[in-house]
Amino acid sequence: MASAHDADDVGIAAGEAKAGDRPVAGPSRGPRLGAPLVEYLLRLGDDRLILGHRLSEWCGHGPILEEDIALSNFALDLIGQAASILRLAGEVEGAGRDEDALAYFRDGVQYRNCLLVEQPRGDFGDTIVRQFLFDAYSVLLWEALLGAPHAGLAAIAAKAIKEDRYHLRHSSEWVVRLGDGTEESHVRVQGSLDRLWRYTGELFEADAIDQGVAGEGIVVDHRALKARWDQLVDEVLDRATLVRPADGPTQRGGRVGRHTEHLGHLLATMQSVARAHPGARW
Amino acid sequence: MATLRGSRLYSLLHMTTTIRQLPADDPAQVAAFEALIAAGESIEPKDWMPARYRSQLTRMMSQHAHSEVVGMLPEGNWITRAPSLRRKQSLIAKVQDEAGHGLYIYCGTETLGVDRFDLFNQLLDGTAKYSSIFNYPTLSWADMGVIGWLVDGAAIVNQTVLAKTSYGPYARAMVRICKEENFHKRQGYEICTVLANGTPAQRAMLQDAVDRFWWPSLMMFGPSDTNSLNSGELLRWKVKRKTNDELRQRFVNLTIPQAQALGITVPDPDLRFDPETKNWVFGEIDWSEFQQVISGNGPCNRERLEARRKAHDDGQWVREAASAHAAKRARKTEAA
Ligand SMILES: [Fe+2]
Ligand SMILES: [Fe+2]
Repeated sequence: MASAHDADDVGIAAGEAKAGDRPVAGPSRGPRLGAPLVEYLLRLGDDRLILGHRLSEWCGHGPILEEDIALSNFALDLIGQAASILRLAGEVEGAGRDEDALAYFRDGVQYRNCLLVEQPRGDFGDTIVRQFLFDAYSVLLWEALLGAPHAGLAAIAAKAIKEDRYHLRHSSEWVVRLGDGTEESHVRVQGSLDRLWRYTGELFEADAIDQGVAGEGIVVDHRALKARWDQLVDEVLDRATLVRPADGPTQRGGRVGRHTEHLGHLLATMQSVARAHPGARW
Repeated sequence: MATLRGSRLYSLLHMTTTIRQLPADDPAQVAAFEALIAAGESIEPKDWMPARYRSQLTRMMSQHAHSEVVGMLPEGNWITRAPSLRRKQSLIAKVQDEAGHGLYIYCGTETLGVDRFDLFNQLLDGTAKYSSIFNYPTLSWADMGVIGWLVDGAAIVNQTVLAKTSYGPYARAMVRICKEENFHKRQGYEICTVLANGTPAQRAMLQDAVDRFWWPSLMMFGPSDTNSLNSGELLRWKVKRKTNDELRQRFVNLTIPQAQALGITVPDPDLRFDPETKNWVFGEIDWSEFQQVISGNGPCNRERLEARRKAHDDGQWVREAASAHAAKRARKTEAA
């Protein structure tokens, strides 16, 4: 809808350069990020909040009652982890935001979760495969963070790793059951794996934020992490008689707020009550 | 588990025949059984029991289990919108507890010689009943508070008495479940307290939820004693220990002071305190609404059953895969 009329409104004739105006060239080609440790914690917290939320969508709709309970359990663990991590992020940021302010009053572009966790829950196979791929990554990441010189983060890692190890056992067993179950389940779950694979590369990418926190002693060797993840995933896929997809082009962007369209809908639901009553206590 | 689906029709036929053609009980055994009950003994799965006792307990326990499972849906409806992370966690935990209650009571029914999958199929077929309260929609966040307060509260009044029921496994299940229901009630009432002390919009939300859930909560105790078909026999066998109307009155007496503490009203212009009986006397329940809801025409009957059926149907391939895999594993161990 831009027109000559718009230009007139701001008093600029077309094509005329004006010296002394505010610069139109932005400071960088990428998105604007905050302090490294805050960004780093948001990534950790948002992954678990969004995945926990997706799992909670199963509550009351699981394939068997026992599994309904198990998925709710994982949702609880992950949202609990997210709350602790976001609280810490808010403290480090020092702008007076607590975990609820961060969860309920940030827009999608301010979220830092990976694309994998925001994908719709899909069928039970999609949920289990995604969970497995994430659990394997998460357990290895917590192992690396156990010795972090940041006391708050190390304490969170120590608690979370126990929960995630249990999740990983559970999701691995289901991948094997579904992969090596019936013909139908094999085809379905291979499809889930093929669809979700392109979101796994993002988990192992290191950027300026990782370099930034390395300065504070939080060092994760992403290449070593990936190698161990490959091994762990291959073992389970082998038992499940599933074929590991070829590494094609990776979808990325979540870590800097460039998400898939799914996140906006998730947040619209999640934040609806809180945002309808700003300032209210619950 | 491909047999699950096949067994549906079979189990239905099976259930109807067992109910219609109950074998005549030996009068000497009945007398011994009733003497045990009169002496306050609990009946255990191995004990002899009249066929009628067995079928009544199966009916009550399975309805209870179905109610726990269907009851996950109205509250599950707000998990994704809970307005704080703490509330989100406690709501997930609550709905998960209800799943646990369902599972626990379904397993309890198996001590009576029924298969829980058969019972579950009756729920999906629409032939089994569950608590009418879960056929009402949850329309605002305040419903999460009010359901905990009123619905779990009413369940507690029922279940505290059921914890003394004559059938041992059911009584023990109730003791355990009641502890969690108490926790749910406290949590629900706490949500209500925060809303009552919140913004005008939050207070209005709370009042509206109470207006919608008050009468349906009173209906949870079932038909009035004069119209309750099963009550006489159940009281004699100490399956039930109090009548529906006694329990309803107890609930109202407990709840009105809590409403006063919140500073909200209940939608009953006839409500008054009777200083002589110390009862809160309440107006006439709309039994035609109750009949409509239990006969399948409540606001959400269709949606609740469809949600259960969809979960079941969508999970079919998963259950089949799990049993196929288990069979493969068993064959491997055998071969080894
Ligand atoms: Fe319950
Ligand atoms: Fe409950």
